[in-house]
Amino acid sequence: MSEQKKQSEDELLEKVTSTEYKYGFTTDIESDTIPKGLSEDVVRIISAKKNEPEWMLEYRLKAYKSWLEMEEPDWANINYTKPNYQDVIYYSAPKQKPVLDSLDDLDPEMKKTFDKLGISIDEQKKLANVAVDIVMDSVSVANTFKDTLAEKGIIFCPISDAIQEHPELVKKYLGTVVPARDNFFSALNAAVFSDGSFCYIPKGIKCPMELSTYFRINEAGTGQFERTLLIADEGSQVSYLEGCTAPMRDENQLHAAVVELIAMDEADIKYSTVQNWYPGNAEGVGGVFNFVTKRGICHKNAKISWTQVETGSAVTWKYPSCILKGDNSIGEFFSVAVTNNRQQADTGTKMIHLGKNTKSTIIAKGISAGKSDGNYRGLVKISKGATNSRNFSQCDSLLMGDKCGSHTFPYIEVKNNSSKVEHEATTSKIGEDQIFYCNQRGIGTEAAIALIVNGYCKDVLNQLPMEFAVEAQKLLEISLEGSVG
Amino acid sequence: MLQIKDLKAGIEDNQILKGINLEVKAGEIHAIMGPNGSGKSTLSAVIAGNEDYEVEGGNITFNGKDLLELDPEERAHNGVFLSFQYPVEIPGISVSNFIKTSITEKRKAQGLEPILTKDLLKMMREKMELLSIKQGYLSRNMNEGFSGGEKKRNEIFQMAMLEPKLAILDETDSGLDIDALRIVANGVNKLRSEDNATVIITHYQRLLDYIVPDFVHVLYNGRIVKSGGAELAHELEEKGYDWVTKEEDKKWA
Ligand SMILES: Nc1ncnc2c1ncn2[C@@H]1O[C@H](COP(=O)(O)OP(=O)(O)OP(=O)(O)O)[C@@H](O)[C@H]1O
Ligand SMILES: [Mg+2]
Repeated sequence: MSEQKKQSEDELLEKVTSTEYKYGFTTDIESDTIPKGLSEDVVRIISAKKNEPEWMLEYRLKAYKSWLEMEEPDWANINYTKPNYQDVIYYSAPKQKPVLDSLDDLDPEMKKTFDKLGISIDEQKKLANVAVDIVMDSVSVANTFKDTLAEKGIIFCPISDAIQEHPELVKKYLGTVVPARDNFFSALNAAVFSDGSFCYIPKGIKCPMELSTYFRINEAGTGQFERTLLIADEGSQVSYLEGCTAPMRDENQLHAAVVELIAMDEADIKYSTVQNWYPGNAEGVGGVFNFVTKRGICHKNAKISWTQVETGSAVTWKYPSCILKGDNSIGEFFSVAVTNNRQQADTGTKMIHLGKNTKSTIIAKGISAGKSDGNYRGLVKISKGATNSRNFSQCDSLLMGDKCGSHTFPYIEVKNNSSKVEHEATTSKIGEDQIFYCNQRGIGTEAAIALIVNGYCKDVLNQLPMEFAVEAQKLLEISLEGSVG
Repeated sequence: MLQIKDLKAGIEDNQILKGINLEVKAGEIHAIMGPNGSGKSTLSAVIAGNEDYEVEGGNITFNGKDLLELDPEERAHNGVFLSFQYPVEIPGISVSNFIKTSITEKRKAQGLEPILTKDLLKMMREKMELLSIKQGYLSRNMNEGFSGGEKKRNEIFQMAMLEPKLAILDETDSGLDIDALRIVANGVNKLRSEDNATVIITHYQRLLDYIVPDFVHVLYNGRIVKSGGAELAHELEEKGYDWVTKEEDKKWA
């Protein structure tokens, strides 16, 4: 770890903040909303509002029809009242629509929001080399560094713009990794997604900056259906950051995102997420339901690395996966999933080995506190043709208190005998002796827990780009406050 | 500085400390010796505020404050330091990060701004030199994979960084090789001042050859049964504990 990184980590640990969900506030921006509920008409309205070409509307309608025939899955180890899909608003966009060239043109209300989030505009500017495509409720309101990226032929824009401006790319790749019919939530997303990001890195190009997007839910009862499509062409490299925080709410908020990654031969994609949707209050009321389908495909010698820090949502259902199609391709999954109070998470990954000499690594760290439930669910599948393949999985759980639970469901299928799969799992508790040791060194119990938890998550946090690691640690601290009495 | 009066403490129904009286003044070095299981570590744990032990009677004042009223971290902020007999591992947290957090928390409690990283690093280098600690040590994780001796040295390094008023060294010498013992003892001597005090818990005269105590106490069966000057340690080394403990046993028989 660099000295600089260490310093900011340390600075971070100096701050201990209030127990309440820190990012719970709503921005007051007029919205352009359509009526509640889902029907073919609603799908048509969304498509029309976006001025979409015919093929896109057809894609959506087809997805909508599949969705009608599908059932909401219930195999995950989570318990929730299924949302009433007719009670959700499927489209909302801030009225002030134009995409801004610079952050200076941002609405003062939004500027305030970002200040509260601790990602003040000034700070963002200082974060050299970070292009920020801010998604505020469904539609992008700010877009920067576009020119720098354009020089290299990199396309990074709202997906609705990509549908207009780069239809050939969108048409070619959309739904190729996560077909609309893949599951209930992916079908729903394909039918109604209103925004998200599109990214294309041309052959041989190394993206000169971290690409990042901040997602926020901002409209009461508005479902968020983000769609991300990222294509790294042959020999290219990109690091993409996705982070979100959401305002305090009383009703459940539905979130069903789809992320598709395509790593062509020799390409390298690093996709990092800090997820902090509103988890609901201590009784679990009002939190976000987060059903996400994230999947990437690796062609020859390509690599996809997923890193996620999940601290939010009332319910999380999420399995970022890699299809290792090309020979010698590599898939990685690094995850910290925190559940507190009444939160429930069923998350993990799938590594599907198809090519020869493919490798995958899974490091999953679960932290459960309060009365929460954290589950790891992972599939490692090594097909017959994927000879000489390797997987290493490590799934650790840290329990805080005795009212929480954690479960690990590792599924392993190996269809050839030249491959090797290793799985390690541990369950631990924070020791009283560790806390006392910290106390004796002047570190209070809350800070001691934050420190111990950070140490426990280090292997995952180290995978994150620096600014993100700092933010992730803040979230870990905030989400575990008051969890040990 | 430290006054302990008729301190009784134990765990559940088992009384371990049965009325300890001890006074330590600024500038002094006290050694506490005594057979295994006599209550030495328990005494240090109670002074440091380990809540596993219940205080059943007596009191402890530290620079005029009722120590028993304070949380363990508050005691630390007030200058109490314990070098653990069995230091604890904090996986994934580097020594430098841990010490920085520790110093920052202490300064915060005292209403001071966080120490500048460059000042902290400078201080760390000085103290590392004082204790002949090798490069690369700061980025190792707290006690993770440390040898017994390394753990002990890490305790003294933290002591040097935190500059406590009262340091209790619980068997810091056991596990140290001959050179390390000398280095650590030298360090303790150099850090010694008119304003601070040290309580050394040890089984061996060896350490007391380097750090000469002003007082030596024998703890036995939860009581201090004998106190004297540095010469008492020599006497114990020669004669063993029997000559003290036998008398004591008679008294309570
Ligand atoms: N946490 C505990 N639970 C149960 N018994 C304890 C506990 N801590 C101490 N004791 C008991 O109290 C007595 C004193 O223990 P303590 O560790 O204070 O001895 P000591 O003088 O430090 O011994 P040593 O020289 O071996 O380090 C012992 O009989 C020990 O078994
Ligand atoms: Mg002991």
